[in-house]
Amino acid sequence: MGIFSFFSKEKKESLDKGLSKTKESVFQKISRAVVGKSKVDDEVLDNLEEILVTSDVGVDTTLKIIGRIEARVAKDKYVGTSELNEILRSEIAELLEENKSDDSADFDVDLGKKPYVIMVVGVNGVGKTTTIGKLAYNYKKAGKSVILGAADTFRAAAIDQLKVWSERVGVPIVSQNMGSDPASVAFDTLKSAVSKDADVVIIDTAGRLHNKVGLMNELSKIKNVMQKVVPNSPHEILLVLDGSTGQNAIEQAKQFTLATEVNALALTKLDGTAKGGVVIGISDQFKIPVKYIGIGERMEDLQVFNRRAFVDSLFGKN
Amino acid sequence: MFENLQDRLEKSFKILKGQGQITEINVAETLKDVRRALLDADVNFKIAKTFTDQVKEKALGQDVLTSVSPGQLLVKITHDELTQLMGGDKVDIDTSGNPTVILMAGLQGSGKTTHSGKLAVHLKKKNKNPLLVACDVYRPAAIDQLHVIGESTNTEVYSERGHQDAVKIAQNGIRHARENGFNAVIIDTAGRLAVDEKMMQEIAAIKKAVNPNEILFVVDSMTGQDAVNTAKEFNDRLDFDGVILTKLDGDTRGGAALSIRSVVNKPIKFVGMGEKMDALDVFYPQRMSDRILGMGDIVSLVERAQEQFDEKEAQKLQKKIAKDQFNFNDFYKQIQQIKKMGNIKDLAGMIPGVGKALRDVDIDDDAFKGVEAIILSMTEEEKENPSILNGSRRKRIAKGSGTDVTEVNKLIKQFGETRKVMKLMTNKNNMAKMMQRMKNMPNMPKMN
Repeated sequence: MGIFSFFSKEKKESLDKGLSKTKESVFQKISRAVVGKSKVDDEVLDNLEEILVTSDVGVDTTLKIIGRIEARVAKDKYVGTSELNEILRSEIAELLEENKSDDSADFDVDLGKKPYVIMVVGVNGVGKTTTIGKLAYNYKKAGKSVILGAADTFRAAAIDQLKVWSERVGVPIVSQNMGSDPASVAFDTLKSAVSKDADVVIIDTAGRLHNKVGLMNELSKIKNVMQKVVPNSPHEILLVLDGSTGQNAIEQAKQFTLATEVNALALTKLDGTAKGGVVIGISDQFKIPVKYIGIGERMEDLQVFNRRAFVDSLFGKN
Repeated sequence: MFENLQDRLEKSFKILKGQGQITEINVAETLKDVRRALLDADVNFKIAKTFTDQVKEKALGQDVLTSVSPGQLLVKITHDELTQLMGGDKVDIDTSGNPTVILMAGLQGSGKTTHSGKLAVHLKKKNKNPLLVACDVYRPAAIDQLHVIGESTNTEVYSERGHQDAVKIAQNGIRHARENGFNAVIIDTAGRLAVDEKMMQEIAAIKKAVNPNEILFVVDSMTGQDAVNTAKEFNDRLDFDGVILTKLDGDTRGGAALSIRSVVNKPIKFVGMGEKMDALDVFYPQRMSDRILGMGDIVSLVERAQEQFDEKEAQKLQKKIAKDQFNFNDFYKQIQQIKKMGNIKDLAGMIPGVGKALRDVDIDDDAFKGVEAIILSMTEEEKENPSILNGSRRKRIAKGSGTDVTEVNKLIKQFGETRKVMKLMTNKNNMAKMMQRMKNMPNMPKMN
């Protein structure tokens, strides 16, 4: 299957491991829902609703999926429960695939956009700094020169935390003191990247709740200042979402998109019991691709998101 | 907070308004909306179902027939059930034991370190002398973060850099507290997933070693359906005493928290409402359901005001107002007091009906900046005696404060009006009259 061409075997195993909790429970529940039944009836659909809602898929998206399945049941007349899994998988894949994102190859950047500038944003505690550490590791591994910018000058010891990552990965970092102007840190970082001819710049920002307008405006200021050094930067505004977050993730995606033209998502903490189902709802509502998933605390525990692999891992292969 | 749920419920109840009687059919419709609203707010699927079933049962009882306004009754039943779901009466933390030992536990990024600092501030207000102990030996710079928080809250932090044994550090921290006269110890721990067996064993070992008075499970209020599973796992391991619900200054969340209490049967003891170190509130289930149902949270507001309230100052001020001597120095002091009470939007959100109106309005902490600048650009004489503020003085003030004369004029005019109103209010008879007038206002919330 060509779809795993850029997933090394080791990586696919890791993804399976990270999502196995999700896979098993959804699978088991569906099996339980359909046990002793030979075709899809209202009870099966009710159970399906419960499974999807409890996976954080959200009521709207759940109703949409169920609506599609109902339509198919009505059309095909006799849908056996053995086909339900396949239908469900294809319906979800379709929701995810309605986005026009192309799955980019592993940590490859358009060198026409050198330095390729990534600004990382999100609410508090979703794992922005950790994701940056992992991104830096992966870009470095892919042979790119990387510079980090510590523009979270607000949270206690956020700069120190990023410094530890820069040492761990072995990439330079530009920082100022705590409390300094984040836009100025971003400016310095880009200046340094240009003079050092770096390939990739990753800018950390302070966690901010998306309903705080003042803090959201600060993001556009940081962006504007960066454009003074590198026009059209940041090329990637990566919104980090916590995989255990419920429906509020949709609101986060909405507000951050309004404020900063987010064009990529990262979904973290998928190694826990959280189902990450919210990503389906977000893919359905926004035309922003999920680019990365975080499945652990080590540097290696970051993967490029692949919709098919995600759905396959969610429902098991074949 | 909870605006979405609130909006939804308001909408649901609106459907009932104008109907003289509750029938099984229209109750079913409304309750379906309520259930949907709860699910959208991340209330656990099963709990939402149980909840709406309970409300339905009560709504279809005899009370409905005798009820004057079915809509009001349904609000009351929903409110009562919600309060019960969130745990009935409030439960405080156990501060007995010398030292009182508090253990923080939770997932990554839930806000343990920040809330360790907030708890230290909270304990100090209760005349405790807390020590923070840094047992997160894994996350880069977690120890530094606690030290920064310790500095900003003036709290000593015990840490052992380079040591990896969190259990030992916790024990040593408590010994340090005993030897140095601290009567409370807050142990910050690493974030961990409930499925991480090794890490769950570690925190169980810390519990066993230090025998805490209080184990607090710190949970992000934005958590989805998984909150219940995580809370259950942590509770099975630690049998924790209470929950801190964080990031409630965000929008629409908290639904998951409603479920936690009923699933693990542990109370929510605090809520975190911001990044400032005093942004920790005691959790009152009763008030929270008031809030969810759009009845505001006047009681919290009053309490916060009281905390900042200096009686002597107030008496002095009252005398001044009565004598018409209220001046710009007093005005400035008042602004500082309001600022000390916390984020203006949070405060405004506690007033019934205002929270919803403000959801898209931005009020930041800089709201008073312009006013402060103008006052600070006045001479001492001008502040004491505003009547001398003539045209050329106003021009100078505008220049000095970086504003313009219209703004200065506006402030002086507002100040004059404030002075008049305040004088009116010091007269007790006038006050009674005003209260009476407010009571008769059509939009005041009424219950029962």
